[in-house]
Amino acid sequence: MSSIPLNWYLIVAALLFCIGLFGALSRRSAIGILMGIELMLNAVNINLVAFWRYVEVDGLAGQMFAIVVITVAAAEAAVALALVRALYRSRDTVTVEEIDLLKW
Amino acid sequence: MQINWADTSFLLAPEILLTVGALIVLVLDLLIEDDTSPVLPGFTLLALVSAFGAAAAHLVTGVDDVALFMFAADPLTHFFRLLGIGTALLVLLVSVNYVQARSKHTGEFYSLLLWVTLAVVLVAGAHDLILLYLAFEFLSITSYVLVGWLRDDARSNEGAMKYLLFGAISSALMLYGMSLLYGATGTTRLTEIAAFFTIPETQITGLYSIVVPALVFLLAGIGFKISLVPFHQWAPDAYEGAPTPVAAFLSVGSKSAGFAVLARVLLEAMPAFQEHWTSLLVVLSILTMTLGNLVALRQTNMKRLLAYSSIAQAGYILMGLAAYSAGATFPADGLSGVLIYLVAYLFTNVGVFIGAVIFEQATGSVAISDYAGLIRRSPWLAFTFVVFFLSLAGLPPTAGFVGKLAVFYATVAKGLYFLAIIGVLNSVVSVYYYFNVIRQMFFMPAPEGAERVRMPASMGLALAISFVGTLLIGFYPEPFLNLANMSRDFISALPLL
Repeated sequence: MSSIPLNWYLIVAALLFCIGLFGALSRRSAIGILMGIELMLNAVNINLVAFWRYVEVDGLAGQMFAIVVITVAAAEAAVALALVRALYRSRDTVTVEEIDLLKW
Repeated sequence: MQINWADTSFLLAPEILLTVGALIVLVLDLLIEDDTSPVLPGFTLLALVSAFGAAAAHLVTGVDDVALFMFAADPLTHFFRLLGIGTALLVLLVSVNYVQARSKHTGEFYSLLLWVTLAVVLVAGAHDLILLYLAFEFLSITSYVLVGWLRDDARSNEGAMKYLLFGAISSALMLYGMSLLYGATGTTRLTEIAAFFTIPETQITGLYSIVVPALVFLLAGIGFKISLVPFHQWAPDAYEGAPTPVAAFLSVGSKSAGFAVLARVLLEAMPAFQEHWTSLLVVLSILTMTLGNLVALRQTNMKRLLAYSSIAQAGYILMGLAAYSAGATFPADGLSGVLIYLVAYLFTNVGVFIGAVIFEQATGSVAISDYAGLIRRSPWLAFTFVVFFLSLAGLPPTAGFVGKLAVFYATVAKGLYFLAIIGVLNSVVSVYYYFNVIRQMFFMPAPEGAERVRMPASMGLALAISFVGTLLIGFYPEPFLNLANMSRDFISALPLL
């Protein structure tokens, strides 16, 4: 059944995490950054579920953790979008380079 | 598993009181039309005081050192409960007039203040990676909303947005670290992780390739919360944009929650890797205090000055954890130094923010140059500022001196002389910018026609409490040293309830 080795899952997750991190650091739009962060969280979920399947002897901690991560990610996205909207109303932009009232 | 509901609810009494209080405040907010009604802050105060009382009762009775399923009710948790709820009490006292002057939606503010306090308490007691992550995000999300609470203020929005983007990235990093740690050990319980690592040396080295990256990722996530230097960029922006009482809470409550997590993850779950994390902490600590102090030198905005100063303070506190040694006697163990420093820091840093709130409320300004001649406009406020700045600089006879002494003592006892020397040099640098503000207050003339600075009674009370606390720890530190000594026992092999 488990013919795919654990390493493969971990490599996919690591790649996904790096793509997400790159997106989060390089995007100019706040929405784009949030999408990068979502990719990072999903990479973590792949890790968690793969480790649950291959490493955890008994118990459901890995699966539970993944579900908690998904739920919290949704809550965080809701707050993030609310803030983006508030920011757009006051500044007419969501480009992070133009959000520069506060510096040094 | 048998659950004894009576015992469990007694153990979780502070958390239950905070939760119920926050929910009731939300409902009351719907029922009460008048936004300036004293019922909302009054009820919030009641919830905080009763939770504080319950936490203090736990500390005094000391019979309940038990690990619940994911939450540890151990002396370390009791300590951070008192610290978190105490911070919230002081912040509430200064918030009432501040928020009423700025928004119609005050009910949400009080409710969020209770939620964020609950989050601090949960973070401090979390004993399992899952609850740790959940509580950590709870703390982050409530903090984002509080920072952006002034909805029509572009600065508040911007501070919250930056805080959220940095926070979400670093919590994703932390989560990746947690998943690696879970993968290496097959469990999420901190004590079980520690037990897993008590395997022979030869097998542990095989795990380095997964545990060391996990450690670095975890430090990135937690370091964000305590504003350690490579992860500190959000702090000045969030503090400047946030309502000033919220900045006070972030700089003390949320930072001490970060230290609680750091202590638990490093000391409880990963003692086997102490030589690895000690060197990391030494580097982070040096970077944090040096950069915080150097950038603080050129600040002209009071809130940004305090932000960089609190970054530097995090560096000093971290010295204590870097100097941790499990077997050492009381003042030399490092962790108790961290705890004493945090109590001192609570009174001092909340105090200095309270002073800034009072000044902002009276004059509408946060520029340091506007503090000129404060001694003529409010001698009492200027005098308390002097005491707070002395304490932040670590000079006797104040709380900050006791905290710094404990931390430096542990560092020297551990043999980290280089770190101790850098710490002392940094304290000297910090004197310069703290005394620059004092110079403005005492030796610069007040602007023409400047009125006296008035403070509402509740703000005055909060200022007085912080002032007395700062001096009390300086003159009579024994009870606080005893508290830290009692609280440094974290759960290791306590029975499951």
